[in-house]
Amino acid sequence: MAADSLIDIRDVTKTYGAGETAVHALRGVSLRVDAGEYVAVMGSSGSGKSTLMNILGCLDVPSRGEYWLDGADVARLSEDQQALVRGRKIGFIFQSFNLIPRTSALANVELPLTYAHLKKADRRRRARRALELVGLSDRADHRPNELSGGQQQRVAIARALATGPRILLADEPTGNLDAHSTDEVLAMFDDLNSEGRTVVVITHETEVARRARRLIRVSDGRIVTDEVTG
Amino acid sequence: MSPRDLFGAALRGLGANKLRSLLTVLGVAIGVGAVIVLVAVGNGSGKAVQDRLEAMGTNLLTVSTTGGGGGFVRGQAGPSAQQYSLTMADAEALSDHRLAPDVAAVAPVMTSSGTATNGDTSYTVNQVIGTTPEYLPATNTPVANGRAFTKQDVDSTQRVVLLGQTAATELFGRPASAVGQTIKLGAVDFAVLGVLASKDTSGFSDPNATVIVPISTLRATQAGYGALSQIVVQAAGKDKVDTAQAEVTQLLTARHQVPATQSSPFRITNSAQILQTSQDTAATFTALLATVAAISLIVGGIGVTNIMLVTVTERTREIGIRKALGARRRTILGQFLIEATLLSLIGGAVGIIVALVVSRFQLAGVQPVLVPSSILLAFGVSAAVGLFFGSMPAHRAAGLRPIDALRHE
Ligand SMILES: Nc1ncnc2c1ncn2[C@@H]1O[C@H](COP(=O)(O)OP(=O)(O)OP(=O)(O)O)[C@@H](O)[C@H]1O
Ligand SMILES: [Mg+2]
Repeated sequence: MAADSLIDIRDVTKTYGAGETAVHALRGVSLRVDAGEYVAVMGSSGSGKSTLMNILGCLDVPSRGEYWLDGADVARLSEDQQALVRGRKIGFIFQSFNLIPRTSALANVELPLTYAHLKKADRRRRARRALELVGLSDRADHRPNELSGGQQQRVAIARALATGPRILLADEPTGNLDAHSTDEVLAMFDDLNSEGRTVVVITHETEVARRARRLIRVSDGRIVTDEVTG
Repeated sequence: MSPRDLFGAALRGLGANKLRSLLTVLGVAIGVGAVIVLVAVGNGSGKAVQDRLEAMGTNLLTVSTTGGGGGFVRGQAGPSAQQYSLTMADAEALSDHRLAPDVAAVAPVMTSSGTATNGDTSYTVNQVIGTTPEYLPATNTPVANGRAFTKQDVDSTQRVVLLGQTAATELFGRPASAVGQTIKLGAVDFAVLGVLASKDTSGFSDPNATVIVPISTLRATQAGYGALSQIVVQAAGKDKVDTAQAEVTQLLTARHQVPATQSSPFRITNSAQILQTSQDTAATFTALLATVAAISLIVGGIGVTNIMLVTVTERTREIGIRKALGARRRTILGQFLIEATLLSLIGGAVGIIVALVVSRFQLAGVQPVLVPSSILLAFGVSAAVGLFFGSMPAHRAAGLRPIDALRHE
């Protein structure tokens, strides 16, 4: 087995529904991403980018094909083991932030640490440091509805970083942000990648894609180009 | 996730919708409170009946005659009513230990009515009871002031009287001041020997409105020498009541030569039987109340399910986020189960407190008597209700695929 790639998907398809109304979101995608890469995924709307990203994040399962993550066949992992992978190896950043409402920024960032069974004091310390990294120490006690979109996304990034995951998956992280916030978020991704973390970003913006060192273009459920850019 | 974190998350979840949580808690509280209070009411009414009957005297058999007996049998001429009348001789025979070994005491009873007067004050007594000294201990009627009359008083036809509390109060103002005074019963003077202790008045006739005189005196002055009204028989012990009753029946049947073909002309009421019957009735009553209460507890439980289903639906997206962040199935399950259990436990605690307060007051004329096991049961059931009724929504939440939960609108 070629266990050297961190992410290794082989001929993955994803079909929603069945028969006449079946939607083929992925029609056979194979992709390898090594540790430390910075990959951008682009493609028109409905081309299957989010579907691919959800499979990479163990949030969804492929209809056919294999997914090897860090040398393990994800399909063979138990439900609890998959939860563990989501919690420790992967940090997921969504376009719509997905913070838990009525819960402070700090508590949101603490959440994955709680699920990883860290002690209370340890959780607090790490969550505060993650918030510090995204420059939101002074907003720790604010709830999501008391934060701007850019701040919410930074909290979401802090939350994704808190457990120190090797992989950062971001589905249009700057889709709801203005130019200034976008710059801040991208600067953070650059830093994280330079620390050695693997970053995969879905985007519609060429400006975002330019930061990555590898660009994958998806169209109609297939990878059409895959090139090293920087 | 540690139990403490789970607990905290559950509390936050409940706090997010306070009014809704409060109403659900109320539903459970009503159910639990109803179980405790209604069981206490049933228990209390059973106790009240028991106390009343015990005040009448246990081990007590009351023998009376039904007059003409079982009527005419196959065209034979009916025996005269007098053949079955109870007599003083019957009472003497019953007190013979060789004939009726399980009988401890026998008191013949004659009754009449009349008016008692003290100077200008007159009082219509409920009953003038003529009997022997054995009557007082057998019927659990102690003398509060003064003394009871003796066998010598009966033998020498003394004109002495014991007054019931109400009779004494009506005639003399204060019961204690009656002792040593003289009253008239009809036209005859009687010396007041003593005043009877007050009795529970919730029977058919007020036992405090009676006066008691020696039976010989009553026959000589008022009632004549006819049949006895009753014979009161005290069995030798609680477990001897049935054998004593058999002995009495056998002896009277033999003495009055009742034909074997005829049903017994003697009616014997047995206080233990009455007690048993009324205890059975009280138990049925309690069970009925408990059933009604249990139904309201189930309704409260359904309220918990309902609210948890709404909560799970509302928070599906949150569940998806938690799963994406590494929450395991059992963490989600635990969070919602704890929420449901907390709801019903808080409800249970509130219900118990309310029930404890409510059952200090009389309800529908009954003083509730708490049954400790019903409190434990109600609390246990409310916890179980939370687990049981919460588990369906909690399992639904925990079983969601992360992506399905995240896509939920
Ligand atoms: N749960 C679903 N059920 C049915 N069809 C779905 C489902 N999710 C996605 N699809 C379909 O799969 C295809 C790929 O969707 P996907 O969300 O991956 O697109 P995308 O590339 O992320 O688009 P966008 O850039 O607009 O986010 C679309 O045609 C979509 O309609
Ligand atoms: Mg998408």
